[in-house]
Amino acid sequence: MYQWDFSFIWSYRWLFVNGTVVTLLFTFGIVVLGLAVGLFSGLLRLSRFAPLRWLSQAYVEVFRCTPVLVQLVWFYYALPILSGIEMSATTAGVLALSLYGGAFYSEIIRGGINSIEPGQTEAALALGMTPSQSMRRIVLPQALKRMVPPLMNQSIIQLKNTSLVSVLAVPDLLYQGQAVAHDSYRPLEIYTLVAVIYFVILFPLTLLVGRLERRLARAD
Amino acid sequence: MTAKIEVAALSKSFGDHQVLRSVNMSVGSGEVVALIGPSGSGKSTLLRCLNLLVTPDGGRVRVGGQSLDFGTSSKLPGTASLAKFRAGTGMVFQQFNLFPHKTVLGNVMEGPLTVRRMPRAEAETLARALLGKVGLAEKADQYPARLSGGQKQRVAIARALAMQPEIMLFDEATSALDPELVGEVLNVMRELAAEGMTMVIVTHEIAFAREVADRVVFLRDGVIVEDGPAKQVIDAPQQEATQAFLSHFHRQRDN
Repeated sequence: MYQWDFSFIWSYRWLFVNGTVVTLLFTFGIVVLGLAVGLFSGLLRLSRFAPLRWLSQAYVEVFRCTPVLVQLVWFYYALPILSGIEMSATTAGVLALSLYGGAFYSEIIRGGINSIEPGQTEAALALGMTPSQSMRRIVLPQALKRMVPPLMNQSIIQLKNTSLVSVLAVPDLLYQGQAVAHDSYRPLEIYTLVAVIYFVILFPLTLLVGRLERRLARAD
Repeated sequence: MTAKIEVAALSKSFGDHQVLRSVNMSVGSGEVVALIGPSGSGKSTLLRCLNLLVTPDGGRVRVGGQSLDFGTSSKLPGTASLAKFRAGTGMVFQQFNLFPHKTVLGNVMEGPLTVRRMPRAEAETLARALLGKVGLAEKADQYPARLSGGQKQRVAIARALAMQPEIMLFDEATSALDPELVGEVLNVMRELAAEGMTMVIVTHEIAFAREVADRVVFLRDGVIVEDGPAKQVIDAPQQEATQAFLSHFHRQRDN
């Protein structure tokens, strides 16, 4: 029977704290960038101009239909060679994960906007609004409310995906855990703790999403 | 009487289906015209061409001083000129289409604020006055979800009036209402007509059309079949198609 011993972990506490901070900052960055990309791409998908719609769809499908780990590795190793631009592991990670998340956000945003009854747009246009005023003032505010739970769900997935950047030696929570495991020869305790930290961050968030979803279902 | 609305050689197809076939129509200033006809006759499409929610394939639409041409040779008007055109026409929809995320007052203020760039205080004064006019002053701070269908439709009328439009278009404004709520909406429309508002009304309420409209236009298969004074068209239709369409109404009334 394995003898669990967590007592030594205290001496590594700052590594875990640093790793968690890096993970959270990384998540924040890729969620914000991903949302911006997703909103842009989602609106392009609804454009009147077919080539813009195709462009957006091509982007979404490329990033949805390739594994995110492959994307990370490709952005870090292949893109610099093709583009001639050196990039750090962090830059490559942020870029790949933001674009990956953006593809999913794009679909959520497109679906949310499409779920608003056409009568709302008609009423806005009939008042004399331009299509962009109608989108900003009437459609988006209603659509955003419906999008919040799925966007949060996707963001939770994004936080979990940040653990993949450890393969590029970005010092996130999992990477620090690996370092500590090598140093202490106690991988069971270390990886268990890493899992617990992720869970403690994510479980309250999933509860919150569930509550939002139920409240939204009541409001409709 | 100068024509407020003029439609010339208006045509529209959806795919292979020709919905409007070179329709000509004019509506005088202050006139109330009811468009009647079987479903699929093109009456709603004609109404929606008047504020360009439906873009005609060909012909001309003039409302007041604004005129737009459609056809193969002329370029389609841009979104800004479409918006400007629509700002002068009020429309009321069958399904109300109130903005659910805004209060009743917010719904009525939306047009003046966003389109006319009216100062907020001025827009609020205007909106409250219009809500009073449709008998809903005390509902200003409620959300649309809390209102009955008849109340929703009266708010929708106030919202359209807030743009101080030259004409008002009604697209089956009472068709989605429970029978006991139809009257309150028709009353508001009756008042508007009495004030001299130019109105085009797509309706199934033949009795209302007969009472309130100056003229009735009967459409079938995208063509105006009969056009004349309301009482004449409804009581003594000349065309066979009009007679057939109105026979149900006449039977009901005679019983």
